[in-house]
Amino acid sequence: MPTIASRARILSDRVAQAAGLDVRLLGMLLVMAVIWLVLHTATGGNFLTPRNLFNLSLQVAVVGIMTCGMVLVIVSRHIDLSVGSQIGFIGVFGALLQNSILPIDGSSTWWIATLAMLSTGALIGLGQGLLIAYAGIPSFVVTLGGLLFFRNAAFYINSGVTVAPLNKTFQLLGGGLDGTIGAFWSWTVCALAVLSVAAMVWRSRQRRSRYGMNSRSIVMDVLLIKVWSAFIIGFTAIMNAYQQPKTNIPMGIPIPVLILIGVTIIMSAIARKHRFGRHVFATGGSSESAELAGIDTRKLTVLVFVLMGLLCGLASIVITARLNAGASVTGTMTELNVIAAAVIGGTSLAGGIGTVYGAIVGALIMQSLESGMILMGVATPLQRMVLAVVLIVAVWIDMAYRKARKS
Amino acid sequence: MTPLVELRNIVKTFGGVHAVDDVSLSLAEGEVLGLLGHNGAGKSTLIKVLAGVFPADSGTILIQGQPVSIRSTRDAKTLGIETIYQTLALSENLDSVANLFLGREMTGPLGFMNEEAMEEQARKTLGRLKLHLPSLSSLVQSLSGGQRQAVAIARAIHFNARVLIMDEPTAALGPEETLKVAALVAELSRQGIGIILISHDIHDIFDLASRLAVMKNGRLVGAVSTADVTQDEVLAMIIAGKMPERPNS
Ligand SMILES: Nc1ncnc2c1ncn2[C@@H]1O[C@H](COP(=O)(O)OP(=O)(O)OP(=O)(O)O)[C@@H](O)[C@H]1O
Ligand SMILES: [Mg+2]
Repeated sequence: MPTIASRARILSDRVAQAAGLDVRLLGMLLVMAVIWLVLHTATGGNFLTPRNLFNLSLQVAVVGIMTCGMVLVIVSRHIDLSVGSQIGFIGVFGALLQNSILPIDGSSTWWIATLAMLSTGALIGLGQGLLIAYAGIPSFVVTLGGLLFFRNAAFYINSGVTVAPLNKTFQLLGGGLDGTIGAFWSWTVCALAVLSVAAMVWRSRQRRSRYGMNSRSIVMDVLLIKVWSAFIIGFTAIMNAYQQPKTNIPMGIPIPVLILIGVTIIMSAIARKHRFGRHVFATGGSSESAELAGIDTRKLTVLVFVLMGLLCGLASIVITARLNAGASVTGTMTELNVIAAAVIGGTSLAGGIGTVYGAIVGALIMQSLESGMILMGVATPLQRMVLAVVLIVAVWIDMAYRKARKS
Repeated sequence: MTPLVELRNIVKTFGGVHAVDDVSLSLAEGEVLGLLGHNGAGKSTLIKVLAGVFPADSGTILIQGQPVSIRSTRDAKTLGIETIYQTLALSENLDSVANLFLGREMTGPLGFMNEEAMEEQARKTLGRLKLHLPSLSSLVQSLSGGQRQAVAIARAIHFNARVLIMDEPTAALGPEETLKVAALVAELSRQGIGIILISHDIHDIFDLASRLAVMKNGRLVGAVSTADVTQDEVLAMIIAGKMPERPNS
């Protein structure tokens, strides 16, 4: 006998589904809104300020970029514990490249270093992926080895000495004082983004009607465009409202945040719309069924780790550029933040379930709590303890939610 | 006439177990071949060799008289051999359309999927087979046994199979759905598709199959025309592993 509550839930699910909305994601956004309001009050109005939101978006970039890759890793029923060490190692390597090998002020130094760092990440992923997929060593073991290996390799290649400074152009990728795109370009990007959203909604309608399928109601689509536009314009306005210190020149969107947004869009498209992503989900759900369907799950696993490594390279570029230094301790324990963000964002450690958008919201929730507690002057150990509790509670709620929906 | 499929002296062992031991069998176009035997007789193992799940230890496979090498399920599918596995082998965490096209998605130039086209095609195939699903976008884990079977069948039929292997296709079905599958098998056989129907329940396939092959302990007891035998004789083949005695044949 369905209870009234479960009927109401089914009904609300139907409505949401008909409207093309992800109930879970909406729930998470709601939780985040509540957290923001609470933190805003608790910090005496210091949380929801342009300055703090600007910094928050900048801080979330590094973890966010890696989280996008971690979602696919976890969905395919693997884990990567080495991502924090990877960004440390790649950072020192990239810094040495700029500082000791290439001319530091050379005009091609920044992009050579960038390419080298990305390739290093991809190569590390390739090596780990091959060991996992073809030698059959569990990913937990391989990447735990990777965690130790690359952290110590980061020390070893420069005897633990921090490498600084870095190339000026390279530094922009970290989103420092000059590493933002300013008011004009921010608004340009904003306008393009709004137009793209509208174009995508319109195209989806067209495609569905071409195949004779029901589209969402036009009212819903218009509302969707409005909500997205409001969000995009609001975000741009906030980034522009934060001004360079002691001036009234707007900062605009930081480059790392643009990178994160780009990575999120691409990775989400890969996860949901690309055959590669489809195969990753199938493999995570049941690798046996995937193999019987003709999917080469080993090759797929290698590719997932290569992608993860590539994103570690990108994250390393951002953090190294922001610190303007390659330090061997960079990224210590970051793997835990990345995994926690993915899991809070609804990625199931049992494999087969997860979304990139959810994981990014997960990363934002974690980062918000951390920044909020810093603003409130909460001691670092206590911050970590709170985050640990949040992680467990979030997974608990998520499990209860899934169970309720299944029954 | 050259048979559509010919298996010659197939051997497959797991560790020390002779799961399939020197089995030779053929299948003609449009023929419905019933493969019978007790649990563990080696039926699934034999058809998995043909489906490319694992290679045989020894033996040859010929398709229309040509020896072929089937090293993967992909190879088998390329040759037009489609399989509905005993476990159905569906991905529970994906929807019906995704399952139907798994491994063979319709994609654009960059490998991005054309989901609308896949949904339309899936709808057509299910309609053609008179199989009905409440919603194509619900995950397979929320479907009933019969609905899952429908997805697995649609997936095997959709890509124009020449050979269709059905491992216990009606195990999870009620009487009405079982009749539907029977009608479908008859229809596909009329279209010239060779069908291997596995069961350990003789009643299931006695009316459907034109020929029956019986396995016991990994070996082929023999193959007979359904018209030439009684159910009791086939039962004796399954249980005792003996061919029926035919004084006049
Ligand atoms: N992957 C495997 N690894 C090891 N042994 C296996 C494997 N698959 C099958 N076997 C063994 O091979 C023998 C034949 O099994 P198979 O599944 O082919 O039987 P079957 O005739 O399909 O039985 P059922 O009617 O129960 O489906 C059994 O002894 C089984 O234990
Ligand atoms: Mg079997």
